[in-house]
Amino acid sequence: MRDSLKARRPLSPHLQVYKIQITSLLSILHRGTGMVLYGGAVFCTLWFLALAEGSETYGAMQGFLLHPVGLIMLMGLSFSFFYHLCNGMRHLLWDVGIGYDLPDVRKSGWLVVIFSFLLTGFAWILGIMLGEILS
Amino acid sequence: MKFETDVHVARGLGSAKSGVHHWIIQRVTAIALIPLSLWFTCAFIVLVTAPYEYAREWLSTPWAVTFSILFIFLIFYHGYLGMRVIWEDYVPQTSTKWALLIGTKILSTLMAVLGIVSILKVFIS
Repeated sequence: MRDSLKARRPLSPHLQVYKIQITSLLSILHRGTGMVLYGGAVFCTLWFLALAEGSETYGAMQGFLLHPVGLIMLMGLSFSFFYHLCNGMRHLLWDVGIGYDLPDVRKSGWLVVIFSFLLTGFAWILGIMLGEILS
Repeated sequence: MKFETDVHVARGLGSAKSGVHHWIIQRVTAIALIPLSLWFTCAFIVLVTAPYEYAREWLSTPWAVTFSILFIFLIFYHGYLGMRVIWEDYVPQTSTKWALLIGTKILSTLMAVLGIVSILKVFIS
């Protein structure tokens, strides 16, 4: 009996039959980028490990990061980071009760999207400029 | 002796009494990570193209080591909490769910300690 009652408990929305809106898309993206960033966290540890291992290992790590495959990975990682950061702050504001009206939710959603792209672009311009000075 | 079962137990709707702690810690780690992750990102943008000695020197001050250790600890704490919710929400098979939950916990602990030990090694040597 316990099982049959349990079966009627509400489920998370089925993503396949759910009409995509800005609100739901950003919510899914928050979890998606979160998962990507978990991989990024593992990479951070590997980067510190390479630094601790010595110049040869660090050189190999740097070689991978600056290889096209590494750069594409960093691109995905940096966008995920800035998105998760901006949308995370949006979540924190909701937690204290700010911006709950639907028009506000949509507006702040678009702001998050715009700022994620701007910050990612800014970070890459800075990185490329510094790379040219330092190398 | 009680002959009746509590309704919330019978329906399987009882609270585990540990959700609030998870919820609060997820937010506390998130807030702490705002400045820390921005700090690390700025440092990484400079270091990614810089020579090895440059990175070693960066990690030679007590402040950089402190922030780096906190950063590594908090990304794995926050990341573990987030991954846990994702497995709990989307993996229906109980045994797979448990394997993923325990696996994530082990991986997070391992990677956090490995990162912190690496940071300390650079600082000490």
